[in-house]
Amino acid sequence: MSKKADSTIDKKDASSASVCGASAQAPINANLSKPEKIELYRKMVRIRRFEERSLRAYQAKKIGGFLHLYIGQEAVAVGCCSLMGKDDHVITAYRDHGHAMAVGMDTKALMAELYGKITGCSKGKGGSMHYFAPSLNYWGGHGIVGGQIPLGTGLAYALKYKGLKGAAMAFMGDGAVNQGAVHEAYNLAALWNLPVIFVVENNGYSMGTSQERSSAGPGLAQRAEAYGMNWATCFGHDLYEVRATMDKFLKLAREESKPAVVEIDTYRYRGHSVADPDKTYRTRDEIEEYRRTKDPIQVFQQKLIDEGVLTDAIIEQIDTEAKAESDLAADFAEASPYPTPDDIQKDVYWEIDNPDQRTSKGRLFFD
Amino acid sequence: MAVLTYREAIRAALSEELTRDENVVLLGEEVANFHGAYKVSEGLLEKFGPKRIVDTPISEAGFIGMGVGASMLGIRPVMELMFWSFYSVAFDQILNNAANVRYMSGGLINCPIVIRGPANGGTNVGATHSHTPENVLANHPGVKVIVPSTAADAKGLLKSAIRDNDPCFFLENTILYGEKGEVSDDPELLIPLGLADVKRQGTDLTIVTYGRSVLHSLAAADILEKEHDVSVEVVDLRTIRPLDFDTVLASVKKTHRVLIVEEQKPFASVGSQLAYMIQREAFDELDGPIHRLATIDAPAIYSPPVETEQLPNPQRVLKAALAAVA
Repeated sequence: MSKKADSTIDKKDASSASVCGASAQAPINANLSKPEKIELYRKMVRIRRFEERSLRAYQAKKIGGFLHLYIGQEAVAVGCCSLMGKDDHVITAYRDHGHAMAVGMDTKALMAELYGKITGCSKGKGGSMHYFAPSLNYWGGHGIVGGQIPLGTGLAYALKYKGLKGAAMAFMGDGAVNQGAVHEAYNLAALWNLPVIFVVENNGYSMGTSQERSSAGPGLAQRAEAYGMNWATCFGHDLYEVRATMDKFLKLAREESKPAVVEIDTYRYRGHSVADPDKTYRTRDEIEEYRRTKDPIQVFQQKLIDEGVLTDAIIEQIDTEAKAESDLAADFAEASPYPTPDDIQKDVYWEIDNPDQRTSKGRLFFD
Repeated sequence: MAVLTYREAIRAALSEELTRDENVVLLGEEVANFHGAYKVSEGLLEKFGPKRIVDTPISEAGFIGMGVGASMLGIRPVMELMFWSFYSVAFDQILNNAANVRYMSGGLINCPIVIRGPANGGTNVGATHSHTPENVLANHPGVKVIVPSTAADAKGLLKSAIRDNDPCFFLENTILYGEKGEVSDDPELLIPLGLADVKRQGTDLTIVTYGRSVLHSLAAADILEKEHDVSVEVVDLRTIRPLDFDTVLASVKKTHRVLIVEEQKPFASVGSQLAYMIQREAFDELDGPIHRLATIDAPAIYSPPVETEQLPNPQRVLKAALAAVA
């Protein structure tokens, strides 16, 4: 059993008791209107229900390949993405459904993508790990662990180059921090003062290998000190705390172009992917403990009830609508057509897809 | 027109494109203060300043991935690899990210990056610094691969690559950097990618080649003409992907004999692909099997005179050509 669970409960319960009230009072949260708070809550519920519906679709063999569910981590994506301004950008790894919905992608297109249909957000060419929405400042959806982190540094580089007061949030898991490309990206960001926040969503496990068995040193975000970067840890089960912590670093990034590493403590209830039997590396008790005491949706729901923002009726309505929305998405996906073999070689080259602007000659495909 | 070295021609292309488009940035190790490991970027820092000409740390995966990410937001990075041999350090960024993000997003994104640098053996720098990975790169749908042999070709093709909206990989040659040639100073003279060039007309044998092997083939062709009465046509591919196969076919239909000359280790080389295509599409035009002269199949040897024998050279081309027309 992972030691992390025990120490996390001890440490974080204490800190959350003291920070809990504080983060709700932070202006970034205190200034939220009632409808805004309800919308944040609704987003988390919608993500949860979408993930549950995709799991059922996967079990019904509608979805192929990998499915990495975000269940339990909703407060991280919703909290971070809710702070985005028009020049802020987001990139993440393959556990990307939460981020995709948090930035506002359409669940019909997301589900259709899982089903491999041409109406999918990537025309069926990407699948679960490759959701993209440039118009929403969302740059995927990437399969190679840590491979997206230099890309995120590049988003920040472009923002700075163009003189825009924006920041890039580059998300990764606790397993990614040991990839060489991540260290290279940290160095570049710190060396050149690039406005990127490296967000480590620490759910305790890389697939089946705990943090203790993967990562040397005192802490994941603390590695930022080696590069002279700001860093922090954050209790990711509390949406208010995610927002309060990230707001501080986003402002430093936008206004002073300062990078940072923020390690957000979170947890996934499901296995690494649906192919993970989830029996060999953690106990049912550990999962239940998180579900009981730290479910981000429950935590935020209780806060909003205490604030007089949520009632049982609203809670019920939000849940019913979320389930209906994900069922509708599945119906849409089911009814949509697949791409055809003629579609296989589209979207490979910009020039082939824009033939009236093509200047090259010769053959680009070799069938 | 002016006589420029291959190095100066590349520098001129960079300078013109940096002037034309403020989103073009040159990034790489030693490109700025050191004036370029091979002096290609000499003078550019003084002309364009440190925002446009950027020294990177030794961090290929980091800075190339960074360039790919920046290109998604409209920057047009020209990233120098000090040696194309170092591509393997950034393989994931080059051939998973740059090559694939357009496809995986269903066409929502494009990566207008250029990666350039020398890819060659022949300088006794050993097995890890002498790679010619154009075959590996060209195997990936989504990318473009260019290998110029002359100063004029280098300039016109690099300008096209920089303006191209797909990821373009531009493979130079340290030994060619000093070669001189007539080069246009017209800043709007571009050579399209995917257009081969017949560098020498002939009737008895088609040599299909590219890069420094073009020069070896032309030298051998002179000897073949004068001493062996064999008339050789030398087709310089210039671009590997996209590939101007029509020019190759037209030549094969004229001469009916083919020798591929490539500075490539033989297994799954560029020539392997060409040979398949030629025999598939022009089988009845061939009077004999397709021959190939490649690098001798071993890691690059250090010992200077022996390395010359491992690579294509005019004598080896001569011998292979005579065998091909025998």
